[in-house]
Amino acid sequence: MAKHIQTVNKAALTETAHKGGCGECPASCQSACKTSCTVGNQVCER
Amino acid sequence: MQIHKYELFGQHLLLDVNSGTVHLIDKMTSDVLDHYKGGNEAEVLAALGGRYDEQELAEVLAELAELVAGGLLFAPEVSVPDTLRAEPIVKSICLHVAHDCNLRCKYCFAETGDFGAGRTLMSREVGEQAIEFVIAGSKNRRNLEIDFFGGEPLVNKDVTWDLIRYARRREQETGKHFKLTLTTNGMLLDDEAIQFLNEQRVLLVLSLDGRKEVHDKMRPDAGANGSYVRVVSNFRKLIDSRGDKNYFLRGTYTRWNLDFSADVLHMAELGTQLSVEPVVSTTGDYALQEEDLPALYAEYEKLAKIYFEARHSDKPFEFFHFNLDLNHGPCVSKRLAGCGAGHEYFAVTPEGDLYPCHQFVGREAYKLGSVFAGVVNTALPSEFREAHVLNKPACRDCWARYYCSGGCHANAEQFTGDIKKPYALGCELQKKRLECAIWVQALLLAESYQWEEEKKFHNFDYK
Repeated sequence: MAKHIQTVNKAALTETAHKGGCGECPASCQSACKTSCTVGNQVCER
Repeated sequence: MQIHKYELFGQHLLLDVNSGTVHLIDKMTSDVLDHYKGGNEAEVLAALGGRYDEQELAEVLAELAELVAGGLLFAPEVSVPDTLRAEPIVKSICLHVAHDCNLRCKYCFAETGDFGAGRTLMSREVGEQAIEFVIAGSKNRRNLEIDFFGGEPLVNKDVTWDLIRYARRREQETGKHFKLTLTTNGMLLDDEAIQFLNEQRVLLVLSLDGRKEVHDKMRPDAGANGSYVRVVSNFRKLIDSRGDKNYFLRGTYTRWNLDFSADVLHMAELGTQLSVEPVVSTTGDYALQEEDLPALYAEYEKLAKIYFEARHSDKPFEFFHFNLDLNHGPCVSKRLAGCGAGHEYFAVTPEGDLYPCHQFVGREAYKLGSVFAGVVNTALPSEFREAHVLNKPACRDCWARYYCSGGCHANAEQFTGDIKKPYALGCELQKKRLECAIWVQALLLAESYQWEEEKKFHNFDYK
């Protein structure tokens, strides 16, 4: 384990750059917010 | 901007913007990153050699170089995926089943329910046609969403119930999967309504602003009486009836309750699925001002700490804005497509008119067509689809661009008159929420890894 840096997640964006886009995930404004755009709070359906 | 680093509660954090990787770092690494650009080790050593031990600096630089080589630091810019260039497919509609309401909330963007155009109710015919519109427009996509919204949808309960049954029948016939949501103020949420909504598996968004005095001040009925006591009684029954699942208690905070973490805690006594949002308003003495930002930042930090501590207690709760899945979040295409308003998501008025989303309803320049004629204004959907973060000058270099996806188009249009110019105050709050959310989730992930390590060690010991 590195002494100065702990990486907590994988490169999630890079991995989906050329795949994804199936569109089966919810519209981000539909469920809990209705007044702000919360795309980052969604979860991939795959 | 390729990286974002910050400190919260003594912990230094680093986000690599283009890869989405989060690193917990020490102070020395944070200082090194003020100079390190990848490959300029000599420059860093010259700048910091007097402050830190050279061997320690060399260790940090080696760790950073490893991250760069692994694509976890200074990852290259994201390009627009082909899937976003493809023809948009409809997946969500918001049915305004009632442009009428039994409350008179002071901050209501629907202007107390009628969207400034008179009190009207949706007919079965319009509602069924709207459901057919989303089925036809969804092509091969299976997961679709229908939101029953208003005004207050339960003011038009009979039609709403019929449309829910219709959607469930059409689901069987078409092989689609409908996620149904109903947003309610709770005034008419009686036992019969609770039973029906549970049987039909309808997710509920329950409007509650927190403490009684806060809620009653903003959400009176038509006779200026507070609504708190009546709605809380109904919400409690609803939440108990569905085992504390499949709902959100959703509040709005304003300038009158900048100490909104107290409202979140109050709501946590009633249920565990919480969402509290800043009010969006250009007028009114309750509207948030730039000078409120320091107090709001402090409040989000306070809430993050409360949330984190609650996760380690016997009374944890969920706070929507802190729910950030660092490993399994949306794909790049989704992050660019944003909320989908105007190209994947449409709002339908009681008359059947189509708008880009519920907040655009009544803004005539944004009328797209109707559920009977389809999308007639064909230029607007392309305009919305193209209004993504990489095409917005203020967003292109912002570290938060792949989390807010450029923010809310309706808010942008309301404050700047242009969907490509984001609402600045909203951006500042979004960034603070994200910093708090990343802190919470990074620490929780780090704890889980440590736990896994300990488990391995103990398993080994046991064997």
